Amino acid sequence: MIETGEILQTMRMIQEENFDIRTITLGINLLDCSHPDPAECAARVYDRICRKAENLVAVGNAIESEFGIPIVNKRISVTPVSWIAQNDPRPVAFALDRAAKEVGVNFLGGYSALMHKGATNADERLIASVPEVLSQTERLCSSINVASTRAGINMNAVREMGTIIKETAALTADSDGLGCAKLVVFANAVEDNPFMAGAFCGPGEPECAINVGVSGPGVVKAALESVRGEPFDIVAETIKRTAFKITRVGQLVAREASQRLHIPFGIVDLSLAPTPARGDSVAHILQEMGLEMTGAAGTTAALALLNDAVKKGGIMASNHVGGLSGAFIPVSEDIGMIEAVSAGALTLEKLEAMTCVCSVGLDMIAVPGDTPAEVISGIIADEAAIGMINNKTTAVRIIPAPGKKAGDRVEFGGLLGFAPVMPVNTFGNGDFIARGGRIPAPLQALRN
Amino acid sequence: MTKALISVTGLDTTGIIARISTKLYELNINILDITQTILGGYFTMMMVVDLDGAHMEFDKINQHLQTVSEQIGMTVHMQRMDIFDAMHRI
Repeated sequence: MIETGEILQTMRMIQEENFDIRTITLGINLLDCSHPDPAECAARVYDRICRKAENLVAVGNAIESEFGIPIVNKRISVTPVSWIAQNDPRPVAFALDRAAKEVGVNFLGGYSALMHKGATNADERLIASVPEVLSQTERLCSSINVASTRAGINMNAVREMGTIIKETAALTADSDGLGCAKLVVFANAVEDNPFMAGAFCGPGEPECAINVGVSGPGVVKAALESVRGEPFDIVAETIKRTAFKITRVGQLVAREASQRLHIPFGIVDLSLAPTPARGDSVAHILQEMGLEMTGAAGTTAALALLNDAVKKGGIMASNHVGGLSGAFIPVSEDIGMIEAVSAGALTLEKLEAMTCVCSVGLDMIAVPGDTPAEVISGIIADEAAIGMINNKTTAVRIIPAPGKKAGDRVEFGGLLGFAPVMPVNTFGNGDFIARGGRIPAPLQALRN
Repeated sequence: MTKALISVTGLDTTGIIARISTKLYELNINILDITQTILGGYFTMMMVVDLDGAHMEFDKINQHLQTVSEQIGMTVHMQRMDIFDAMHRI
């Protein structure tokens, strides 16, 4: 029998410490929707999503109500559109956005291209359409993979993405460049990631799959409050225990959703995903370890411990772990990160160092609107290099906010939050980016 | 067996257990376990119940309980026991 103290602990985690299931994401294969006629392709895509995801939101809401655990988002990831759009991909994009609205999901990911070694004609068409598509759709998310440990870095794609990000910001200037918040540039993108904006349904995935992302930075922070002053051995153990509990609930929700929707369970993503709400911050966990502000000396070590302990605690709690799995460190979506940047404690360079030991990369970072495209490409190349060499996923989701300068503030609203505009190093790198070509795959690629 | 936890919290008054358990009886819901305490005039009760006898959807049962909740001025939550088992038992 469960003891009263255990019941109260669970209730406290949910009601006071912002524990929630961040997303149930339904992965849907669209490969057989491909058709040379863009309108026909779009119609097939729309029908497929509306049919497969018909009950997703209702089932998510029912589980939320019965188990008393908030399920914040219900989302969809689809096959990278560059694989199904044989011609103009834009009608497919608009169909995806309409389908997302029809089935009631707040984001749909997969307006994507995997071009870590090179671009197909379809990839080129898709990438060129990204600014227009993201400015004219509401719920569609786009991700482009430009590097991998196995293939190296496609520097032509890196160069192009700098320009695409600038164009996307310009076309969504009236909302502080919001389009860029829906666009991720990846190295080592994963196929079963349930989190936006980088979710897509990869080539190794089944026809459909349920992938669940858990969250709960507030729960970890609260647990660490009880071990103040203790050595790091105790800190790591406390995080592991908490991550185990959180992930067990993720596994339960994933299993229920899978059974009720008659769709196979894919993975649980063991991520700590913050929101702009107070008490839901990854930065505040780092500060609970003894740092005045995130960005202070020791931050990278604190994050490394956190990231590792979350995985160790979570791995035993789910029979399939995948996705990005780790601690996210977005700036605009985390009140502690926002405070640290505003106070001058956290810089872009420190964030880059932190991405070596965390789940993903430079995430939701606003930079001055006049940042040159090649500087953005350079930032992408640096992040991709970290991912490539360290066999990990890295990403860049950066917003060159039109008309804004360092120290200004941009507002995206909702889960996307707000962010202080961070200064960037603007020393020239034009000749470096202009070279193009490929940075060869590193020695780490040769593992056979 | 579909087990659920019903938690009832609020300022102590007469008839709380009576009103809740009467409603459960009307819905044919069997009570498996009750723990109850009063701290500083604050009433806290946790009931583990078996929902199978009700032959009714979870949301409908919950609506009935919320009606009682309003009548007695207490906060009443119901959630499936599975979440506690998942979190605290291997």
